[in-house]
Amino acid sequence: MRNPLSKTIVEIQPSGIRKFFDIVSEMKDAISLGVGEPDFDTPWHIREEGIYSLEKGRTFYTSNAGLKDLKIEICRYLERKHNLKYDYNHEVIVTIGGSEAIDISLRAMLDPGDEVLVPQPSYVSYMPCVTLAGGTPVIIKLKVEDQFKLTKEDLLASITDKTKVLILPFPNNPTGAIMEYDELAQIAKIVVEKDLYVISDEIYSELTYGRKHVSIAELPGMKERTILINGFSKAYAMTGWRLGYAAGPKTIIEQMIKIHQFAIMCAPTTSQYAAVEALKNGDPDVEMMREAYDQRRKFLINAFKEMGLDCFEPFGAFYVFPSIKRLGMTSDEFATKLLQEEKVAVVPGTAFGDCGEGFLRISYAYSIENLKIALERIERFVKKYSKK
Amino acid sequence: MREQILSAIDKNSKLTAKDIAAMLGSTEEEVTAIIKELEEETIICGYPTLINWDKTESEKVTALIEVKVTPQRGEGFDKIAERIYKFDEVESVYLMSGGFDLTVMIEGKSMKEVANFVSSKLAPMEAVLSTATHFVLKKYKEHGLPLVNEKTDERMLITP
Repeated sequence: MRNPLSKTIVEIQPSGIRKFFDIVSEMKDAISLGVGEPDFDTPWHIREEGIYSLEKGRTFYTSNAGLKDLKIEICRYLERKHNLKYDYNHEVIVTIGGSEAIDISLRAMLDPGDEVLVPQPSYVSYMPCVTLAGGTPVIIKLKVEDQFKLTKEDLLASITDKTKVLILPFPNNPTGAIMEYDELAQIAKIVVEKDLYVISDEIYSELTYGRKHVSIAELPGMKERTILINGFSKAYAMTGWRLGYAAGPKTIIEQMIKIHQFAIMCAPTTSQYAAVEALKNGDPDVEMMREAYDQRRKFLINAFKEMGLDCFEPFGAFYVFPSIKRLGMTSDEFATKLLQEEKVAVVPGTAFGDCGEGFLRISYAYSIENLKIALERIERFVKKYSKK
Repeated sequence: MREQILSAIDKNSKLTAKDIAAMLGSTEEEVTAIIKELEEETIICGYPTLINWDKTESEKVTALIEVKVTPQRGEGFDKIAERIYKFDEVESVYLMSGGFDLTVMIEGKSMKEVANFVSSKLAPMEAVLSTATHFVLKKYKEHGLPLVNEKTDERMLITP
């Protein structure tokens, strides 16, 4: 028989998280701090709107690019938050989570040989999506000394004449790093000079603490070079609804709609109706959740400081990224031993790129009670291995 | 800071001053001092525990009583409300707008005990014009917290 598989697919490495997940799921009664989704339920008024749409029999396809009402609300939201004006008719597409938007924006822009800059540590799907789209991923290693921000030096050093797209993953999963206006301005300048495009994954945009999230599309000359990706999963605790969107120049969005049309048809109708309600009336929920995350964030940073683990202060998402370098273990060793000995699951930093070595991703999408128990165990573990 | 402390302990009075300080980026001393202040100003009035008595062996009956009263000259409703809330059986008393004046929540060991209270203590009061007693059959949610079905974390243990 012939080999049924595609070489490209076979060569793509499975996510490091997957491997760890398999170990964890064997463990009964483990406490996990390894989840990348909110612990809150979707606010009831949003769920109720979804239920209502089902009762009403709104069970058909929507237009490929998404419900008109939803696209209008998305444009209003982007104007309200970032003062960005998009035409709902040509410059917005509703997708199946931010994930699909990442995939189809890359596919719409890349030809074989095009290089895409992927700052790491970052979300696990950028690299495989670039490869699947026929492009060549080029990793930019972010450094803890820079608070895991992208600097203009690192960017310049990675650009070649084949570079076409920069992926900008801020607020960042797994580090919690954010980029502020002045920092983005330096990046934007280079992007314009070198004639690049940016895919800005802003799925955690609502979760920044004490500092407002800035989209790179807000900077002069950047709107026409940026695909802004966002969604409902993190801000409104709607991961299972699978709903996101992309906004950008008409020429690119048009091609994205084409891929979406053939591969997906349209995003789930029920989720789209619920999302309209989220954008119209969800601000207070976001505020409440942000406040809760912020308390847990401070709580964790404080706890790590007391434990003597270095941890830079993250201002976004719901992760802290402490360093375990002083214990002389690799991230993988630490995470595996912690799981076996104290039954606490955390994700090794290496799951998000090789430069995550020496770090752990710890999620605070858990109640304070939960965090307290887990932290006691981590502290005991750290003490035990500090002596050696 | 006062508001933040209050909303932190509103749903969980077990948080220690140390925890609250860590959550709000403050110090244990400052939090302790503010809580003391709030207690003295009776903004924090107590730290009761939310118990679902239905799950225990002990018998408890809760009733909501709508009470119509005649307000008293110079005192309004406060005086009569006070005469009512001083009874130990009374859990809470609210002044209402609409078809009646006071909502009185009573907790007793049995329906008989509650009925007794209404007929011998509450109804005969001079200012009380009428009462309507409703017994609570089941409690679903109190103080913003659901009392039924414990929710489990249904998320996968590790996700990217």
